[in-house]
Amino acid sequence: MAKMIRDCWLIFGSALRVMLRNPAWVFFGLFQPICYMLLFAPLLKNLVGVPGFPSGGAYNVFTPGLMMMMAIFGTGFAGFTVIGQLREGVIERLRVTPVNRLAMMIGMISVSLLNLLAQTALLVGIGLLLGFRPDVGGLLLLVVLLLLGGLMMASCSYAVALLLKNEGSLAAAVNLVALPLLLLSGIMLPLSFAPDILQKIANANPFAYAVTASRALVGGSLGDVSVLQGFIIFGVLAALALFWVTRSIRKAAM
Amino acid sequence: MAMIETHKLAKTFKARKGAVEAVRGVDLQVNEGEIFGFLGPNGAGKTTTMRMLSTLLDPTSGQATICGYDLRRESGHVRDQIGYVGQKGGAEAMETGRENLVLQGRLYGMSKADAQKRAAELITRLDLEPFADRLAKTYSGGQRRRLDIAMGMMHRPRLLILDEPTTGLDPQSRARIWEEVRSLRAEGMTIFLTTHYMDEADGLCDRLAIIDNGQIVGEDTPNGLKQQIAGDIISLGLNMQNGTGAKVKEALHTQAFLRELEETDAGLQLYVDRGEEVLPEVLRLLDHNGAVTRRVTLARPTLEDVFLRLTGRSLREEQTA
Repeated sequence: MAKMIRDCWLIFGSALRVMLRNPAWVFFGLFQPICYMLLFAPLLKNLVGVPGFPSGGAYNVFTPGLMMMMAIFGTGFAGFTVIGQLREGVIERLRVTPVNRLAMMIGMISVSLLNLLAQTALLVGIGLLLGFRPDVGGLLLLVVLLLLGGLMMASCSYAVALLLKNEGSLAAAVNLVALPLLLLSGIMLPLSFAPDILQKIANANPFAYAVTASRALVGGSLGDVSVLQGFIIFGVLAALALFWVTRSIRKAAM
Repeated sequence: MAMIETHKLAKTFKARKGAVEAVRGVDLQVNEGEIFGFLGPNGAGKTTTMRMLSTLLDPTSGQATICGYDLRRESGHVRDQIGYVGQKGGAEAMETGRENLVLQGRLYGMSKADAQKRAAELITRLDLEPFADRLAKTYSGGQRRRLDIAMGMMHRPRLLILDEPTTGLDPQSRARIWEEVRSLRAEGMTIFLTTHYMDEADGLCDRLAIIDNGQIVGEDTPNGLKQQIAGDIISLGLNMQNGTGAKVKEALHTQAFLRELEETDAGLQLYVDRGEEVLPEVLRLLDHNGAVTRRVTLARPTLEDVFLRLTGRSLREEQTA
């Protein structure tokens, strides 16, 4: 266990240095949420009061959804780094060392999660300025839920990257999967606006539960059933994804 | 003690059209303290074998012992004992040489202080000082390769596996790597390397194995292989009347020393044992059968000849492939 934590920390340290030396990535990651907050959220203001729009004000509805989107889409592209590393033989070199494979993946993914935390902080900061008024305890729990979601998506992204070994295919795969999941999760607009058939499909979408949970948390209803559902769904999926990516790295070859 | 010992090591890949037998039962023995070269055309199973020996790929069948540990059951111990430098090196481009070295050492369980000390030692040893604290992506090919090798040496492995350590380097950098590999051997390390360069196989390696179609087709010292496989080459420039050619060939074919005979534009090319001893006999036979000898050259076989005979392909073709 001590070795596992040590390996995690070593790989994380290295991956963090590498990320900070590519400031374009960090900038790109922060630019998107700013755009959504400043250029899209204001449009929602006029929807408040329309039948079906959740209570709590435009920013309390939109900000948690946007945070969830960052967690899912932003980390979905985490696998890009591993393709370069695969090509340059970095992964192969690491695989010959005794480094713990699970620790190696957690160390790499943690950097994406740190990035996600920074994005979330920025979103919340801008949101607060514009009228976002979250419950503090709920917001903290929401951050944990976001990290679970990020862990799941980053793991999947790494696993798919190791499978496809090509940036273009990875981008296509992420968009192919993430876009419909996001649209059917009620992030952009609440699903209560959706026709019956879409709502039924959304019931099978794990992200829809997480988005509902995130709004409940921000509203301070920590005991809401959607919160429990969201945590269980993301927790189980994150564990499965981590298992998948650790298995993939054991076999990874260019 | 054998550092690498394999018995019927095999790997079969599942492909869309049935199974591909990449390695079909390789028996190898690499002894402690030798530089062992592993040659073969592309697609012969060379890389697959290397990847199995370095724990990157599970064998389908067969056994292998690396530094006394079973490759399959004790892969953790095997990893501790071997250093591996892949074809692509594997240094993180966005980290400095020193950062790469220290991380590598620490992943093998060294303390931070030990890893820093060892990194400094290797930086001096491999002349990396002037750029040790620059990002690895700024290094030239030769500098990068020296960093790769230093990384493979960080944890003082007993066996160093180098996959094409000098491919694409300028002659000076290649000489520098050879020098380092020799000095490692002098310190008792065992080196297992692949190469596409004949001079490297010939001049650097103590023993060689050649793999083709997933099987070892030759294994010996460079000189042993040349004698055993190719024999000496006698090239003859001849003037032959009608009918003499057939008589000459018939006479030569009865000789025990003749391994192979090829007709060339100028005359004949003979592959023989102990060329300098049989040359007078060859000349006497030619004279006796009415052929006029205009020119004679006796050449030692090169590894290129050995490679060509064993695999039907040239080492140099492979290089550009």
